[in-house]
Amino acid sequence: MTTSRVTDRRSAREFVDAHIVPHADAWDLDGRVPEDLIRKASEAGLWAPFLPEQYGGAGMDMVTLGEVHEEVGRGCSSVRSLLTVHTMLSWTVQRWATPAQREQWGPALASGAALGAFCLSEPGAGSDTSGITTTATQTDRGWVINGTKKWTTGGQRADVFLVFARTASSIGAFLVPRDTPGVRVRPIEEILGTRASMLAEITFADVEVEREALLGPSGFTAGMVLTGTLDLGRYSVAAGSVGIVQGCLEASAAYAAKREVGGKPLRDLPLIQAKLSDMVTDARAARLLLAEAGRLKDEGDSATLMATWIAKYFASTAAARHASEAVQIHGANGFTPDYPVARFYRDAKVMEIIEGSNEIQRMTIAGQADREKP
Amino acid sequence: MSNTAQGQILDFVRGRFPQAELDAAQDIFALGFVNSLFAMELVMFVEKTFGVTIPNDELRIDNFRTADSMAELVDRLARVAA
Ligand SMILES: Cc1cc2nc3c(=O)[nH]c(=O)nc-3n(C[C@H](O)[C@H](O)[C@H](O)COP(=O)(O)OP(=O)(O)OC[C@H]3O[C@@H](n4cnc5c(N)ncnc54)[C@H](O)[C@@H]3O)c2cc1C
Repeated sequence: MTTSRVTDRRSAREFVDAHIVPHADAWDLDGRVPEDLIRKASEAGLWAPFLPEQYGGAGMDMVTLGEVHEEVGRGCSSVRSLLTVHTMLSWTVQRWATPAQREQWGPALASGAALGAFCLSEPGAGSDTSGITTTATQTDRGWVINGTKKWTTGGQRADVFLVFARTASSIGAFLVPRDTPGVRVRPIEEILGTRASMLAEITFADVEVEREALLGPSGFTAGMVLTGTLDLGRYSVAAGSVGIVQGCLEASAAYAAKREVGGKPLRDLPLIQAKLSDMVTDARAARLLLAEAGRLKDEGDSATLMATWIAKYFASTAAARHASEAVQIHGANGFTPDYPVARFYRDAKVMEIIEGSNEIQRMTIAGQADREKP
Repeated sequence: MSNTAQGQILDFVRGRFPQAELDAAQDIFALGFVNSLFAMELVMFVEKTFGVTIPNDELRIDNFRTADSMAELVDRLARVAA
């Protein structure tokens, strides 16, 4: 049986309820997303539906993409994480690669035949991206890359890496196929949250790539490649965080209706109602912030960058807050893999660290303070 | 709100950095506030406002140094497209 295509929120919800929700806790325990799901996501056209039709995408707009990533995040943040980094790489190829590279990679990225991952962080540099030490040295034939990347989501499984490395003039983005000689992948296991997201540490030892492996412009706008890539990653993580809040809400509402204390369902207790009401409200607020950021992306409006920071900041902190309250509502049951909230709780914490930690979000958003007008 | 390309660009930069005093010939990079976030906002603003796509080889610092040089870039790209 083939899987139906995901084209909007409704079809995404059906896909997630059928193929992800029933298994997400098992994948979390197992520490990996199975090939079967990766194949089903390919059949559903989930990997890069925003790519143009000529490359096998569906030309999906950003608002809809946000809705789709929200639905996936509601089901499983590990799958959403794989989707996020694949999205970042695919978008960067679409935006900055040469026509020949787009021909080469586009269809494989759209179909999921090649999965992408994003390599920026290193053992010694995370928030401070200017501190990366991986280098790309220009030669007659192309580039030679040396260095170690850490925390690469999907790194265990990805076929192609988007590697940020220091060049003589700036930080450049390089497309590096996994099977290039000198690339070594070491799995990172037993992490706290998004446990099935197949993290890896990746070492590049004298890795030779062709001249065109460097994507985008050099000079002052070289940073645009990273800024744009991270912006889309942040948008996807914001969407995934909305999904976590929604997941917490659905699990908590169901549990509070069923569980009785003193002969009354939990949902009749005012203190539990307060938690549920805040989940409903924050889910809507976060979703609106996300939709606004998506609309601005679709319009090519530069205000999308700040709107995305704000959406991600609000949604990730809301996810962490409500996941904690969702465990609280579930009591001891919330500590077990029998309910999804323990996983939401661990996954939500990751959202406050990746694609710009909370602290970095707040520092950036504070820059908006003196120009913020309705 | 200004009608000229220079004026629109200056309005945008001033909106982002209300504390800076700017004119169309001033080197915005010399003011020290340009980071990669702003560079991207600037490029997106120019592309959207003037309906142009800036190819990779035009994404050079000299084209973005001043409101005047950005206006010249827009003019050149519009003529290529026409
Ligand atoms: C599950 C997971 C998946 C990830 N996936 C990827 C991936 O696919 N690709 C990738 O490249 N990276 C990935 N990362 C790495 C992630 O991007 C970094 O962890 C993140 O950028 C933070 O960097 P760091 O961990 O080095 O923390 P640090 O930068 O060392 O920061 C430590 C703490 O100090 C705070 N801090 C830092 N600077 C400041 C400041 N100036 N002012 C105030 N506080 C500050 C931070 O907010 C944080 O709380 C992943 C991480 C995790 C946990």
